[in-house]
Amino acid sequence: MPKEIDALQKVGDLPIGFTAKPGSTLEFKTGDWRSVRPKLDREKCIYCGFCYIYCPDGVYQDMGDKEKWYKPDFDYCKGCGVCAHQCPKKCIEMVLEEV
Amino acid sequence: MAKLVGMEVSVAVAEAARLCDTDVVAAYPITPQTHIVEHLSELVANGHLDAEYIPVESEQSAMSSCIGAAAAGARTFTATSSQGLALMNEMVFIAPVLRLPIVLAIANRALSAPINIWNDHSDIMTIRDSGWISLFAENGQEALDMTILSFRIGEDPRVSLPVTMNIDGFTLSHFIEPIDMPEIEAVRKFLPPWKPLVQLDIGAPISIGLLGTPESYTEARKATDNVLVASKPVVVESFEAFKAQFGREYKVVETYKAEGAETLLLTMGSISETAMTAIDEMREAGESVGLVRIRLWRPFPSEELLKVLLPAKNVAVIDRHIMMGTPDGPVAVEVKSLLYDAPNRPNVSNFVLGLGGRDVTRDDFKYITKRAKEFKGSPSARYELVGVWE
Amino acid sequence: MRAAEAQYVKLTPKTFPKGPDSLASGHRACQGCGEVLALRLMMKALGTDFIAVSATGCMEVCTAPFPQSAWRVPWIHVAFENAAAVASGVESALHALRRKKRAPEKRIPVVAFAGDGGTADIGIQALSGALERQHEDFIYVCLDNEAYMNTGIQRSSETPFGANTTTSPSGTKSKGQNTWKKNMAAIAAAHGIPYVATGSPAYHLDLMNKIRRAAAVHGPAYLHVYAPCPTGWRMKPELSVESAKLVVTTRIFPIYEVLDGEYVLNRKIDNPTPIEDYLKIQGRFKHLKPEDIDYIRGRVNQEYERIERLAAAFPVSAGA
Repeated sequence: MPKEIDALQKVGDLPIGFTAKPGSTLEFKTGDWRSVRPKLDREKCIYCGFCYIYCPDGVYQDMGDKEKWYKPDFDYCKGCGVCAHQCPKKCIEMVLEEV
Repeated sequence: MAKLVGMEVSVAVAEAARLCDTDVVAAYPITPQTHIVEHLSELVANGHLDAEYIPVESEQSAMSSCIGAAAAGARTFTATSSQGLALMNEMVFIAPVLRLPIVLAIANRALSAPINIWNDHSDIMTIRDSGWISLFAENGQEALDMTILSFRIGEDPRVSLPVTMNIDGFTLSHFIEPIDMPEIEAVRKFLPPWKPLVQLDIGAPISIGLLGTPESYTEARKATDNVLVASKPVVVESFEAFKAQFGREYKVVETYKAEGAETLLLTMGSISETAMTAIDEMREAGESVGLVRIRLWRPFPSEELLKVLLPAKNVAVIDRHIMMGTPDGPVAVEVKSLLYDAPNRPNVSNFVLGLGGRDVTRDDFKYITKRAKEFKGSPSARYELVGVWE
Repeated sequence: MRAAEAQYVKLTPKTFPKGPDSLASGHRACQGCGEVLALRLMMKALGTDFIAVSATGCMEVCTAPFPQSAWRVPWIHVAFENAAAVASGVESALHALRRKKRAPEKRIPVVAFAGDGGTADIGIQALSGALERQHEDFIYVCLDNEAYMNTGIQRSSETPFGANTTTSPSGTKSKGQNTWKKNMAAIAAAHGIPYVATGSPAYHLDLMNKIRRAAAVHGPAYLHVYAPCPTGWRMKPELSVESAKLVVTTRIFPIYEVLDGEYVLNRKIDNPTPIEDYLKIQGRFKHLKPEDIDYIRGRVNQEYERIERLAAAFPVSAGA
């Protein structure tokens, strides 16, 4: 069932003032918009962070100084390809999403 | 006996906002409301009211700033009239759904065109369906008391809705009247600090003003309507608390010599005082006539009105606005709708007068009383634009 | 205090904030949206101690469909044209409440975000009022994607010359948009406010430090931010940041600051990239003829050189 259906709430159950909790769009997984996904070649990655910085959807997570890479969260990645395009080492490839 | 002070009614309304410890005023000048905000800016300038006065560049921004301020947790006040209210219109419909208890004093004035600065009720009727609580004052004392009550009712956690306090432009706003000015301590006791239900707070962030898709829009509007309807007992309770504190008694529907009257005149606002004088004179001449005055326009006081109107033979509803394209004024529409299902309902006729500041005299009420008794035929035929030259 | 003296900690590549974004994922912005990227970066730069106000528009709709919100800071949306007025109200309320000891004793920036339509067209009156009133903790950000994208790509006064939109279509008697982009930064600066800046998400640290400076300045700040829109510009989503870079290197969108009226050009472009490189990646310009492009190049250089001269007039400014 699509997540938007949550908008159906009884009158008496609505929050006062029709408000929402902070950051609650996390309940909505935009990952299924994706037709291509970023595939990272960690050998070539220099841990520059451009993928993290320029991701419009903020899906990259810093894996820290030990692992030295950024990991995309495919629950939210829309497959726009900005990370691949901005990567200075061209170590991100957009590959077809397998159905 | 309280000490009465002679004071312009607009000044009294501003003084009420001071007594209520208003935090933010955002206002734009428009006749005939200006004296209210002029006095408020003076109070702020002299340190008599510790508030931020935002001299906005339009009424649209006035209401927008009020919404922002109230959402941030400030007790918020503004005033407007006519075109100003029309320019605010978009924001007026938003505040109730966000549950922000802004108080808006309206010095009622005719809407353009033609441009006209004088009194009628065409401005307030444009926001009839917006979700605001709407109170009408008849005289200066009521204007002050209703302003204080507007804050108390609006901020009640069972309500948390914005309130308009209506005074007739010029014919009430600019009159100097004897006012019993309450002590500030008594007002502060009557109106404790406001505890917002919805607030922009970095300690507990929430999002206000969301997109309502077809899945939620109906429910959001209905939730607001429910609260508005349920606010009536709080209004009544607040009037009672006001009486206990200050001694002055108010009802959502006021009456004058109405009991047992064959014909009832139904009014809102300051023309009611003229109507009462006319009723006194007609009573002396043996006419069985009385007055019903709506103080609480929204939520509509259906039960209270039914109770007073049903025993009468004729009800003459007086409107101060032409509702173009229909055969009735806005108050008459409500009254007729209310009485439709009632057995043995009275004859209801509708008289529109006092538009754009045209004088309403005792003779007008005598004429209306006579016509209300004469009217026959279908309800739609029982309508008259009083005094129109055509 | 002069704007150039406002104290704030500049972000560097080493101190780039890596914590959770103040704008959560799960928002419904289009793939490759440069506007939400600019918003995300600026929010990241500010952290969580600010209050956000949105005008109606793409960012409002895509971040806050009931019952969800992407905002991790207090946020309010009221209508289209009034973000500046709503923010004025919030800002004034915080001042009153602080003075009356009903709010914590600390400055909280109130940041209004609006699109180009909500800023330069329908919202310009409310914005002008707010800037003129000199609200102390007030920041206004115009996220300029150069048309009414939320309603379906209609032209605004920020649509660039020659661009095809649904209400400035190119045709046998039209080149598309037939007016030059309205200079909102200059209009904002004309209000005598302490801080005005332009920025682009491709220059992320520059942009992020500008909003940090805006928050530190006492008095209103206006940021005009370039916001690529792949959907509305008929551009591949992955080229979003690329276009945000090209728009600067071609001189089309100079990034600069105006500190107390003094101009500072942040990126001097001595050898501009050919403007064709910028125009050709966007379908909205594909109908332009060489002579149209020549005209655009001429006007772009003229505007850029004007900023350059203004910056040269204030060589001692501490802003850079």
